[in-house]
Amino acid sequence: MKPIFMTYTRGDLINLAILLIVGVVVIPMTVSSGYWYTSILIPWLCLALATIGQQIIMGYTGQLALGAAGFMAAGAFACFNLILRVPGIPFVGALLISGLIAAAFGILFGLPSLRVRGIYLMVATLASQFFIIWMIDKFGWFKNYDSSGIITAQDIVIMGKPFTSPIEMYLVIVAVVTPMTLIAMNMARGSTGRNWMSVRDMDIAAESMGVSLLKTKLQAFAISSFYCGVAGALFAFTYLKSLEPVAFDIKLSFKVLFMVILGGLGTINGAFIGAGFILLFPVLLNYIGNNVFHGAIDATIISAIEQVVFGVLMIIFMIYEPLGMAKLWDTTKTKIIGLINNKKS
Amino acid sequence: MADRNFAIGGPVLEVKNISLSFGGVKAITDTSFDVLEHEIRAIIGPNGAGKSSMLNCINGIYKPQVGSVTYKGEEIKKVTPNIMAQKGISRTFQNLALFKRMSVLDNILVGRKLHTTSNFMEVALQLPKAKREEKVNRDRCEEIVEFLEIEDIKNTPVGKLPYGLQKKVELGRALATDANLILLDEPMAGMNVEEKREMCRFILKVNDEIGTTMVLIEHDMGVVMDISDRVVVLDYGKVIGDGTPDEVRANQRVIDAYLGVEH
Repeated sequence: MKPIFMTYTRGDLINLAILLIVGVVVIPMTVSSGYWYTSILIPWLCLALATIGQQIIMGYTGQLALGAAGFMAAGAFACFNLILRVPGIPFVGALLISGLIAAAFGILFGLPSLRVRGIYLMVATLASQFFIIWMIDKFGWFKNYDSSGIITAQDIVIMGKPFTSPIEMYLVIVAVVTPMTLIAMNMARGSTGRNWMSVRDMDIAAESMGVSLLKTKLQAFAISSFYCGVAGALFAFTYLKSLEPVAFDIKLSFKVLFMVILGGLGTINGAFIGAGFILLFPVLLNYIGNNVFHGAIDATIISAIEQVVFGVLMIIFMIYEPLGMAKLWDTTKTKIIGLINNKKS
Repeated sequence: MADRNFAIGGPVLEVKNISLSFGGVKAITDTSFDVLEHEIRAIIGPNGAGKSSMLNCINGIYKPQVGSVTYKGEEIKKVTPNIMAQKGISRTFQNLALFKRMSVLDNILVGRKLHTTSNFMEVALQLPKAKREEKVNRDRCEEIVEFLEIEDIKNTPVGKLPYGLQKKVELGRALATDANLILLDEPMAGMNVEEKREMCRFILKVNDEIGTTMVLIEHDMGVVMDISDRVVVLDYGKVIGDGTPDEVRANQRVIDAYLGVEH
């Protein structure tokens, strides 16, 4: 395949065009039920964006960081306060600044990565998770001294037009997630991504080639947290429609981590596949429970089954396919194309 | 070798009085030698003689307790892998230090790091500067891939390649830095005769066509004597011989170290 824009092949561009047409034209025209937007598409895209963030630090740079939800909380509360306190700030502007604030936290909590690695780094980065949530809870200012614990998120207003219906919110998210995904792909395929991966695969050799470990690691932490921050703000403003620190607890961090592992370490499309799977799987189980067994299975059992299946899948993927579902998808695609070509000849 | 393109010049790298110990174990004791511009300099010695430690001192992975490294007439105060890379010293590793999950081409492209000035924003937004630079770097790496005759595997993840090919990729990555001096830590270890011959050809070709100064550690005496201009022999962390292959071959202390002496 001949590369067109340096790193993109014609096939990539066609895929992108198809995805965009489906995402922006076909879905809004055909799907009218609010449920699909509010319960599936919106959280899927938000979490996929956070997963890209986790992917950058974990999948590409190889730093075992666990605290995506902390950075998401930083982004969400930053966005809330910016809109609250800065009159006339455009929503997209607030979103970007929230990302930058989360990035600053990312750099701060990325500092241990210069000294420790692996499981120790994971423990060290957990601090971000607990510190950020603690800080928001402790200082009333962040929650605008609201005593109820749950603050309603402001309406999204862009150029004077409120975006409040599910479909409108969905379009806002698509407008943010699409360019951010492309940007992540550009970085991943370009010299930036090569620096990340060189640090992941063999840091001594990377250093001997002139890659600065300090700069590369902190840069990856910053960009990763930027993605998580923006994702967190979108998550709070479109999906939760409220701001509560509890929503960004460690469970969410683990969820994002699982999305990375199941989707496939070091792939951008894996972020979408992983997020989609983890989000949709419980929905599917529920559906089976209700429609196949007609409610004969208790809801608690279903959620227990969910946990078991996730755990088993995680182990299977770790052992047999560390590159996750993205790799499976690639292999299947190649096989199908091979079959078609065989039939033709 | 009177007909070489790049005549051997003055000392480009000088290692003076290096001593390195790990706790109580002395790896290198008061070792000095120099490397002349455009020459192929071999470091040989029995196992555990401190050869790899020596390279690691030059390149900054180990910090010697005593001694100095002078490159191009300038004594380098703080020797780190990164600084040495910026000065124009690149290297390969004894036990291969490739980026296993990256493709051959991507591995070699990392070698272009110091010739890349676009920052992550320029890369992220694919601004003209980043694109231009990427094109220049890719073209250079394609040249290297062609030079090393590994075109057919350039998109394969390095971890899936056999050892001999990985060694070649590592040489390619070092070449991509356009370094003036390359440290090769056992470039032919574990290779068969055929592969060794090929690797020798590449090393000589690089030295002849680009003029790169090479410092190499090698165990195969035939190879060392054939391709190097001068040889330094280490034993128990000390220099026991230094000179042309013929001089070293005739050196009684070297013969003793390799064959053993009756006590």
